Amino acid sequence: MKKSFIKTIEENGIEALSLIIAIAIWQFVADIIVQNKLLLPSFYDVTASFFAIIESGLIFTDTLTSLLHFSIGILAAFVIGIPLGIVMGWFKKANRAIDPIIEVLRPIPPLAWIPFAIVWFGLTHQAAGFVVFVGMIFPIIINTYTGFKNVPKVYVEAAKVLGCTRNLDLIRYIAIPSAMPSIVAGIRIAMGVGWMCLVAAEMFGVSSRGLGYQIWHNYYLHRMDFVLVYMLLLGFVGLLIDRFFRYYVDAKLLKWTSGTVV
Amino acid sequence: MGRVSIKNVSRIFKKENKSGTEALQNVSFDVEDGEFVCLLGPSGCGKTTLLRIIAGLETQTSGDITLNGVSITGPDPKRGMVFQQYSLFPWRTVIDNVTFGLEMQGIDKAESRRSVEKYIELVGLKQFKNSYPYELSGGMQQRAAIARALANEPEVLLMDEPFGALDAQTRNILQDELLRIWEQRHVTFIFVTHSVDEAVVLSDRIVVMTARPGKIKEIVEVDLPRPRSRTSPEVNRLRDRVLKLLQEERFKR
Repeated sequence: MKKSFIKTIEENGIEALSLIIAIAIWQFVADIIVQNKLLLPSFYDVTASFFAIIESGLIFTDTLTSLLHFSIGILAAFVIGIPLGIVMGWFKKANRAIDPIIEVLRPIPPLAWIPFAIVWFGLTHQAAGFVVFVGMIFPIIINTYTGFKNVPKVYVEAAKVLGCTRNLDLIRYIAIPSAMPSIVAGIRIAMGVGWMCLVAAEMFGVSSRGLGYQIWHNYYLHRMDFVLVYMLLLGFVGLLIDRFFRYYVDAKLLKWTSGTVV
Repeated sequence: MGRVSIKNVSRIFKKENKSGTEALQNVSFDVEDGEFVCLLGPSGCGKTTLLRIIAGLETQTSGDITLNGVSITGPDPKRGMVFQQYSLFPWRTVIDNVTFGLEMQGIDKAESRRSVEKYIELVGLKQFKNSYPYELSGGMQQRAAIARALANEPEVLLMDEPFGALDAQTRNILQDELLRIWEQRHVTFIFVTHSVDEAVVLSDRIVVMTARPGKIKEIVEVDLPRPRSRTSPEVNRLRDRVLKLLQEERFKR
């Protein structure tokens, strides 16, 4: 245990040292040069605030609220976006019917939907989830569609001569697995966009809890050390989601693409 | 039983405004049950098109193709096909590729795995049955593709230049193995190639086709005992004859 710990330090020495130096500079600049908590809270202040919200339990409720909003959005985007992308990629006529609608809606920035989110859902979790959903759905649709468009013809033909001739079977056994790398890439892009939308939605009052809400709330109170804590939290949680997804997906779904870059 | 009968088959590829390209013109011949027939011709002569029509992946403009007297209207597991491009499903391991046809018939995974074991052994891939296609060489991938086609127990096996992308050595080895498989299994082979050597070594009969529009130029009987030496005088003489047939086509254009 101890040995492996030392080994980790040895292996990641440069990375760790760089972080430590950055923190030291931060602390020095904030404490000695700026000397103003409003303009730049020091590392020490931020750490203290961090423990304060752990003690009060706020960190847990807010993180969970944000994750709930995020899950609502991602779930809805999955359930609607993937089937839409599949239908558009497989049936030409469906693509012609749906594509114009998507092209009109897509350039609208997701945050522009916030007023409607509030009017439709009120100040609920669903409202925040809806904004996340709007941010996530287009990358998912487009990548699913692209993946389906690019299914090599020879796989489809090979499946047909092996007795797989129904559209539904071809989609299930050939097109979905073949398009999986593209679909997964779309989901990862969508998660990044969705995370940004989540924070913005919470900041603009679609919610009265959550990490994004807390940033705004503490800004009103001029508690910039808390603002910074929540900023860093957002970064870390986002990073964790992405990492978790990446390792899970690479291990389970995309084993066969080893050697290619996803 | 796998008797294929091709009657007056023509195929015209229509372009939007112009008149179409005639790929096949009035092609007729029969393939007997258990026979090994090669379709040979210059590139663009429509031999692959004909094979794809037999597979049911394309349709003829006119004429009729029957298998054991029944007209062909679409793809069917009775007519297996091996493609020139690598066509193994990259997300499935070798054994899961080979069981694909059986799974489509509704046979459960464990049972189909058991029953395809012999085909994997037949093509010599026992050690690699749990490998993914990206881990295999080109020759091994084509062997797996042959096993996958055989697992459906087809009556006819259609091969579209399956060894075209392989190096000469691997090619020769796979030709010999293919003949061994053909002798062990009672399957009719229709094999498209542009290589005279390949046609001469493999087939009972060679259907030589003309340049576009594809017609039958001559059907050459290969009455040589197997195993054939690639360099024996008889084989050379035959090769010479077939090459001359093809040469005439070149000058015509």
